[in-house]
Amino acid sequence: MSNRKNNAGQHSQMASGNIAFAEAMRQINPDVVAAYPITPSTDIPVKFAEYVANGKVDSEYVAVESEHSAITACVGASVAGARVMTASSANGVALMHEIFPIAASFRAPIVFGLVNRCAGAPVNIHCDHSDSMPERDSGWIQIYCEDAQEVYDSVLLAVRLAENKEVLTPVFVCQDGFITSHCFEPVEFLGDEAVKNFVGERDAHYPLLDVDNPVSYGSFTMSEYYFEIKRNQMEGMNHVFSVYNELSENLFALTGRSYPPIDKYRADDADYLIVVMSSAAGVVKDVVDELRDKGVKAGCLRVRFFRPFPKEELVDAVRGKKGVAVLDRSASIGGTAPLASEVKSALYGLDERIPLQEYIFGLGGRDFYPKNAEDVFNALANNDYGSSVRFIGLLDKDEENGRN
Amino acid sequence: MSSPKSWQDVPPGTIAFGSTALDVQTGLWRSMRPVIDESKCISCLRCWLQCPDMSIKTDENSKLAGIDLFFCKGCGICASVCPVKAISMHQEADFHDQENVKHGEHPGDVGAHVK
Repeated sequence: MSNRKNNAGQHSQMASGNIAFAEAMRQINPDVVAAYPITPSTDIPVKFAEYVANGKVDSEYVAVESEHSAITACVGASVAGARVMTASSANGVALMHEIFPIAASFRAPIVFGLVNRCAGAPVNIHCDHSDSMPERDSGWIQIYCEDAQEVYDSVLLAVRLAENKEVLTPVFVCQDGFITSHCFEPVEFLGDEAVKNFVGERDAHYPLLDVDNPVSYGSFTMSEYYFEIKRNQMEGMNHVFSVYNELSENLFALTGRSYPPIDKYRADDADYLIVVMSSAAGVVKDVVDELRDKGVKAGCLRVRFFRPFPKEELVDAVRGKKGVAVLDRSASIGGTAPLASEVKSALYGLDERIPLQEYIFGLGGRDFYPKNAEDVFNALANNDYGSSVRFIGLLDKDEENGRN
Repeated sequence: MSSPKSWQDVPPGTIAFGSTALDVQTGLWRSMRPVIDESKCISCLRCWLQCPDMSIKTDENSKLAGIDLFFCKGCGICASVCPVKAISMHQEADFHDQENVKHGEHPGDVGAHVK
């Protein structure tokens, strides 16, 4: 437990990504949590249920019979005016899929701990992004975190961001299953009072429980207004970065930590960039340091916001580079992987064509080693580009004799 | 209530504000019109009971007093349940010289997301 204390009641403690998320939930004290635990996000609802049972929070904890029911209860509570949080992973997320666009369309500002795990089959509990990426078109904000500290800070930011009247959009706070969710590392926690002041109270927009101003949610709407309502959701997304940047400054003033939509690591003067998301960025940054010592101008861009996608920031960071590699931790079988697809689309607006190689790595939790990142940088430096996507850590029969 | 023009006029969140079916002119849907033969009607009010809308008008003595064409969508249930066959259904076109103009909310606009 804690030993060091400073302003805002900050104290350092060993915590996993899941514990950091659950601790943020305790401090936020949401009105309603409805959840159905699933690996590797299990710790979040389990830990939170403990807080409820021990009277550490005032939340209504709704134990349900499936993930579909969990997110449905969350949507109902959220439009009633409550501050609502939940968590899930993999097949649990997939079962919730039907309800995600409804939550977004209802402008229900739910904050969701999405602990990334690959979607079966085959059944596998380890990390890739094949559970969250299919939700990229569900209308939710998606934030991907590199470590437990970022998970904790992102939950606090997500509550304010989701509930902002200009935004009113639910948020997935994603972290890598097991790699981030279960590894313990030192995390700086704010004091309870500081968190309470930071997140404030929810001031709901047309809550169902306001009986003096009755409204209906989700009434039948055909071609007359459906399009208009979708356009309105897009406007909420358009406001995310301006609102977020201000919130991020508030958090920085309180903690000294800040998280831009794209985390640029030694990228400004770099010749070669790896674009990657979540925990794998830690490996890449380490390799960047090693290569810099050898005189290779390597850099890393970690994409933190996937929805909305920080297109302009990415273009500015990539402009003028000699080569870029995009590393996806999920595939779009038969098409371009999600991150590569966004990056290539964003770079279309540049006058100059930046050489780019797509890679897929880490599916089903396959390890990603420093050597892998080094090989990617070396390929960029040797102007070695293929006509199609390359796979990291996958042995191809044709290449078998070439390996040692 | 008026129809929104631009997307900015439509409130977010699929919200529909409070409204009432009393303003909705379901009669605009009607293609068959019920006509009551007052000489046969015994005012048993089975038509009043079975009408899926509120199209059967009654007087202060709870006697049948005609059809409210603002609501009547011409389903013909009243004619079907009448025990003395006092109600018959006729093509709406036969009444083209009589007034049936829109003076309520169009049923297609029900649930309009505007205040």
